[in-house]
Amino acid sequence: MSGKPKLYYFNGRGRMESVRWLLAAAGVEFEEEFLETREQYKKLLQDGSLMFQQVPMVEIDGMRMVQTRAILSYIAAKYNLYGKDLKERALIDMYVGGTDDLMVFIMIFPFLSAEDKEKQRAFIIQKATSRYFPAYEKVLKDHGKDFLVGNNFSWADVHLLEAILMVEEKKSDVLSGFPQLQAFKARMSNIPTIKKFLEPGSQRKPVPDDKYVETVRRVLHMYYDLKAN
Amino acid sequence: LQFEESFVEKKDDLTKLQKDGSLLFQQLPMVEIDGMKMVQTRAIANYIATKYNLYGKDLKERALIDMYVEGLFDLNELLMPYDYKPADQKEQHFATMMDKAANRYFPAFEKVLKDHGQDFLVGNQLSRADVQLLEVILMAEEFQPDILAKFPLLQRFKARISNIPTIKKFLQPGSQRKPRIREEDVPKVIKIFY
Repeated sequence: MSGKPKLYYFNGRGRMESVRWLLAAAGVEFEEEFLETREQYKKLLQDGSLMFQQVPMVEIDGMRMVQTRAILSYIAAKYNLYGKDLKERALIDMYVGGTDDLMVFIMIFPFLSAEDKEKQRAFIIQKATSRYFPAYEKVLKDHGKDFLVGNNFSWADVHLLEAILMVEEKKSDVLSGFPQLQAFKARMSNIPTIKKFLEPGSQRKPVPDDKYVETVRRVLHMYYDLKAN
Repeated sequence: LQFEESFVEKKDDLTKLQKDGSLLFQQLPMVEIDGMKMVQTRAIANYIATKYNLYGKDLKERALIDMYVEGLFDLNELLMPYDYKPADQKEQHFATMMDKAANRYFPAFEKVLKDHGQDFLVGNQLSRADVQLLEVILMAEEFQPDILAKFPLLQRFKARISNIPTIKKFLQPGSQRKPRIREEDVPKVIKIFY
C-alpha cells in the first residue's frame, strides 16, 4: 500500500479522465490499474469493490469510491480546490455541472457509427459555442479575474480547461470569438502542475480510438448501440 | 423550509427566462436562493444540503453521501423519462429501469443498512441521502408497487423516514409535492422544451 490514490478504469479517457486531471492539477501522484479483460471486471464485482457494479472506482484514504462526481468532490475538497465558503462552492458546482454536461456529449463520440459521429461533432460544436462557452466567457468578462471563482484556482478552472481542449480536438479554432477563454486557456496551461500534465509521458490519456472502444465493449458487454444526441 | 414556485406553462415562459439572463446554461431547474440564481440540480441540492446540515459532519461522510446520492440520481434518470417515451419504447424501458432498481440500486442500499444496522444511511443521522433514497423508492413503487418485496431493511427504512414530521407533512395531500405527469400533459411539456 503506497498511500497514493489508485484508479481502476480502462486505459483511456472516459469518465476517469476528469479525475486524472484534478489529481494532476492538485499535484497528487496516483497509480492506475487498467481493465483489459472481462475477468478483471468480474473479480472487482465479486470482491464487492464496485458499489453500483460500475467503474470508475478509486481507492483513496481507505475508501473504494465510485461515482465520478463523488470522487471529484472529495478530491477537490481535500486539496482546497473547492472554494473558501458555501457560496463559492455553489458557483463551482454550477460551473462544473455545465462542463460535465458538455464533456458527456464528447464521451460517447468514439462509440458512434461514422454517420452519427458527424452529427455528434456538429452537435458538440453547436452546444459549446452557443451555450457553454458564452456562459464562461461572460463569467470571466464580468469579474475580470484570472480564475472562474473567488480569484483562486479551483476545480472549476481545471474542468473548464479540460473541456476546452476536448472541444478543440473536434474543431481546432472553436475558441475564436472567445477572447477571454483564449487567455484563460493560456494561463491555466502554464500552471506548473497542469503544464506537466500536458507534456508527453504524463498520465493524461490520448483521444479514444477503436481499440479503446473494443476494450470497453469487451470488458463491460455494453455500449454496442449508442446513438447521437 | 418554505419555498415558492413559479411554473413554466408555455414556451414563452421559458424563453423569457433565457432572454433575461436568469439561466446560466439556458436550462431549468433554476432556484432563486440567497441572492443567487442557481442552476444545475446537483449544485442546488449541494447548497441546500450543506446550508441545512444534511450533508454529513465531515469530508468522509460527505464522500459516502455523494456516492449514494449519485447512484440515486442515476436511478432517477432511468425512472424520470419513462412517461415521455414514445409508446413503442415504453415496454423495453420499463424492463430496463425495473431491472436496475431491483438488481443494482436497491440491493446496494439494502446492504449499506444491513452492514451498519443503523437507522440512517450515513453517520447515524438524517442526511440528503436518506431523503433522496425515500424519494426514489416511492417513485419506483409507483411503477411497481411490490418492488421492495425482497428488501426488508428498505421497507423499514421507508416507514421510518416517512414518519419524520417534515417528510410526513410533505407526503400529505396539499403539499408542494408533485404527482407523476399525466399522459395527456406530456405533449405540452415536450413542446415547451423541444
